[in-house]
Amino acid sequence: MDQHLLSIILLTPLAGLLVLIFLPSSNKNLVRVWANLASLAGFLVSIPLVLRFQTGAPGFQFVERADWIPSLGAHYMIGIDGISLLLVMLTTLMGFIATLCSWSAIQDRVKEYYAMFLLLQTGMIGVFISLDFFLFYIFWELVLVPMYFIIGVWGGPRKLYAAIKFFLYTLAGSVLMLLGILTLYFQHYQQFGFYTFEISELMKTSMSLGMQQWVFWAFFLGFAIKVPMFPFHTWLPDAHVEAPTAGSVILAAVLLKMGTYGFLRFSLPLLPAASVDQTIVQILAILSIIGIIYGALVSLMQQDWKKLVAYSSVSHLGFCTLGIFSLNPNGIAGSVLQQINHGISTGMLFLVIGVIYERRHTREIAEYGGLAHVMPKFAIIFAIAMLSSAGLPLLNGFVGEFTILQGAFEANRAWAAFAVTGVIFGAAYLLWLYQRTMLGQVTNGKNLVLRDMNFREVAYFLPLIAWAVWIGVYPKPYFDVLQKPVAEIVERVRPGYFGERQRANLSPLPTPQPPPPAVAAGGAQ
Amino acid sequence: MNPFQYYTSTDHFTIIPALMLALFGCAILLFDAFEAFFFTGPRQRRWLLFFVVLGEVGAGWGLYKQQAWLAANNVSELAGFQGSVMVDGFGIFFNWIFVIAALIVAIVSYKYLEIAGEHHGEYYSLILFAQCGMYFLASGTDLITLFIGLELMALSFYVMVGFLRTDKRSNEAAMKYLLLGAFSTGFLVYGFSVMYGVAGSTKLDQIAAKFRELPAWDAVVVLALVTTAVGLFFKVSAAPFHMWAPDAYEGAPTTVTAYLSVASKAASIAFLLRIFLGPLESARPAWEPLLSAVAVVTLTLGNLAAINQTNIKRLLAYSSISHAGYMLLGLIAGNDTGITGIKVYILVYTFMNLGAFLVVVALRRQNIIGEDLDDIAGLMHKSPGYAVLMLIFLLSLAGIPPTAGFLGKYYIFLALIQTGHYTLAVVATLYVAVAIYYYFKIVRSMFIKEPTEKAPLATSFGLQLAVVASGAMTLAIGIYPEPFLRLASAALVR
Repeated sequence: MDQHLLSIILLTPLAGLLVLIFLPSSNKNLVRVWANLASLAGFLVSIPLVLRFQTGAPGFQFVERADWIPSLGAHYMIGIDGISLLLVMLTTLMGFIATLCSWSAIQDRVKEYYAMFLLLQTGMIGVFISLDFFLFYIFWELVLVPMYFIIGVWGGPRKLYAAIKFFLYTLAGSVLMLLGILTLYFQHYQQFGFYTFEISELMKTSMSLGMQQWVFWAFFLGFAIKVPMFPFHTWLPDAHVEAPTAGSVILAAVLLKMGTYGFLRFSLPLLPAASVDQTIVQILAILSIIGIIYGALVSLMQQDWKKLVAYSSVSHLGFCTLGIFSLNPNGIAGSVLQQINHGISTGMLFLVIGVIYERRHTREIAEYGGLAHVMPKFAIIFAIAMLSSAGLPLLNGFVGEFTILQGAFEANRAWAAFAVTGVIFGAAYLLWLYQRTMLGQVTNGKNLVLRDMNFREVAYFLPLIAWAVWIGVYPKPYFDVLQKPVAEIVERVRPGYFGERQRANLSPLPTPQPPPPAVAAGGAQ
Repeated sequence: MNPFQYYTSTDHFTIIPALMLALFGCAILLFDAFEAFFFTGPRQRRWLLFFVVLGEVGAGWGLYKQQAWLAANNVSELAGFQGSVMVDGFGIFFNWIFVIAALIVAIVSYKYLEIAGEHHGEYYSLILFAQCGMYFLASGTDLITLFIGLELMALSFYVMVGFLRTDKRSNEAAMKYLLLGAFSTGFLVYGFSVMYGVAGSTKLDQIAAKFRELPAWDAVVVLALVTTAVGLFFKVSAAPFHMWAPDAYEGAPTTVTAYLSVASKAASIAFLLRIFLGPLESARPAWEPLLSAVAVVTLTLGNLAAINQTNIKRLLAYSSISHAGYMLLGLIAGNDTGITGIKVYILVYTFMNLGAFLVVVALRRQNIIGEDLDDIAGLMHKSPGYAVLMLIFLLSLAGIPPTAGFLGKYYIFLALIQTGHYTLAVVATLYVAVAIYYYFKIVRSMFIKEPTEKAPLATSFGLQLAVVASGAMTLAIGIYPEPFLRLASAALVR
């Protein structure tokens, strides 16, 4: 069972989908129950991964390998390391939560809705576990179609525009990335005389710096649009605002991580020379910092609750890419952790919006005010989500941002100085949002009759809150899991990095020291 | 003197499939004319279909025999008629595509013609005659043979495009197609005559040998190249000779459109490859820039013009123009990957394009023309099966994995990168993103819009079978392409 564990995780949603197709679409509750069971099963089968994962072991675990298209050198090869492990767990959990939160929000074309979600789930898991570039590309593209439908069919008023914009943007990036992949693939063939898409084989290819740079930019377009990095972010607010709640949750929590994951898994290890090239690193760091500050400033100005959170994603993802291109253990480990954190906290924020949208059908911030009096449970949960996103110590966001800033500081002090303003702005727009919607007197009569959250709604927040607190209080297991794969990436792009460290008597490992609360409070306010 | 000196058993063997097609085509005509002798009562059209199937089985049997013979004797080709016809993997590969396309089209035409009120026996014999012409386009190695094959195919198509006699659009389409076709054929024949004038022979290999002695930029070579290319570009509907395609595709009966867009295009591509990789191979320095320009213009015009179409057939017509552009890119790369790529492309294009048109066929109902984007609105509510299959065809046409279309594009892109045509590769990939926009106009209409009318689709068992088979192949080639890739690369012989 162990050797096929990843395949089982990958195929469980697909199996659920196959059964779902044969359920009568008129019986909505049956469809709902089945879809929830299937995604719960998808989460449950992924739990053994955590239990059996060997922390600190080098390379990939749970590897499966089979020939798929021998004449192209494409394999069915999957496996995970610490980075993928966290992202897979995030995917399976968020997949279940997104399914659960759609119970009453989606009323028409229920069956197709859940079918799309299960398909999406398979695609996302596939992206995070593929160790073959061809397989990866298939899953990467597979994700687009269900997401198009989720936005386009069940979305808001401008859904058609948002859906096709999402599709076109990401597709344009991916096909250019495909050219990069093919170039690398062909270079490998010229050096070794056989065609393969296997990542571990492609890593042996030696390419001139110029060639690596071209390929890097091709990859960059694919990944940066997905992340999205400034200036490729314009599809994101549209997609987020128009998507149904669960779509936004999945989009923010998992889909965007495909881009950052791509940088970590492919750009850095496959193109080490280009990845440490000063021009490229500078450009990427600056784009990240622009993203951080620009996203935060634009969030400050938003009148629409969901759009505010959408732009905050641009800002938070800027931290993730900045961490990656700090190219040191702290930056990268922090970046991965921040990806998880962003998944949890932004996922929660979108769920919060979903709860209130289901009641009032508007997302205008001005429509609300004083909700804390009417919906106390809601107010507490929103507060936790907001604080976790703003990076309050003892909650998850803080650990990730702090580690990234530590890494950025090590790489270039100016980066850290600029990036830290993003934390401050982040606290500002989130607290202001909270103040405008939850605090004060109820000014709008319609808000007086809102009912508080029911059991199901609270239930899908609880695991996320628990996870947020866990990371915030005791992040050590996460850093342990990340230590080895991150060290491998750093060693790959900066050979001898750890040797120099030891000679300089510096700690080679990412050891995030929980900082004194005073510093933290300063950062969050 | 041996009376069979000019028709030996080898000669016979090389044209068995074509003979079968011609024979059964004639049989259909005769049977249709003298049907009253056999049956009383209402006309029995089902028998016509039976003849078509028999003809195709015969042709398939012939192809199978040829293939087996090549394999058994371990040779790559067998020449007949003193080298006028060549049985090789290349021709056989294309001929299988024609068999599949003709069979599917004949089966789905039955109900369509019934609804259109133009059910005549000639239609089925024209399908077979056209395919007979295609046989010689794919297997011919002599200018005259090729030309006769081309004309046989084209004439059959002129008639078939105008088969809806009472429909203005159909008549107009046929007229346009005929006039432009005749014009371009003139160019082609002129090019052929120049080739003959240079080489003193109509055999492709002898012309090639002669041309190799001349420099690529020799005036005569360029003259032959340009005039021949005009005719060929017209046939594959490459810009700027693509104007006939949208009109002909729109006006023709949809089943004929499907046949025209798949089989005729495949045959023309085979023809084009025979000429460009045969006599004109040595003139590559001259035609590579020409072909690059044509391919880019074709991609641009096809993709950009498709964006604003509201008629599905017209939209698919422009999309098929852009597909011709992709196939030309494979020829520009010109290495093994490129040529294999063209074949893979043609193979997957057959299934996905046929499938897409078959869904349009199902939209044609008693009082509904069913070609507008609005006619397909809400298809998901009415017949989810067709809608999902159409989605698969459109994704495949756009080249999104894991559908077959991705594989075709994959080969073309890889070939371009292998040969260092990076700019062309970037242009070609970016048009994938453009294409998805107009294909998804259909998807949007099917899945997101509400139905405008309630009339159920005109399905029949044959149509369902054909659409499901096309869909299954589109997915199968995409998910497990290995056997199909072997098939295409085994047929690499030029």
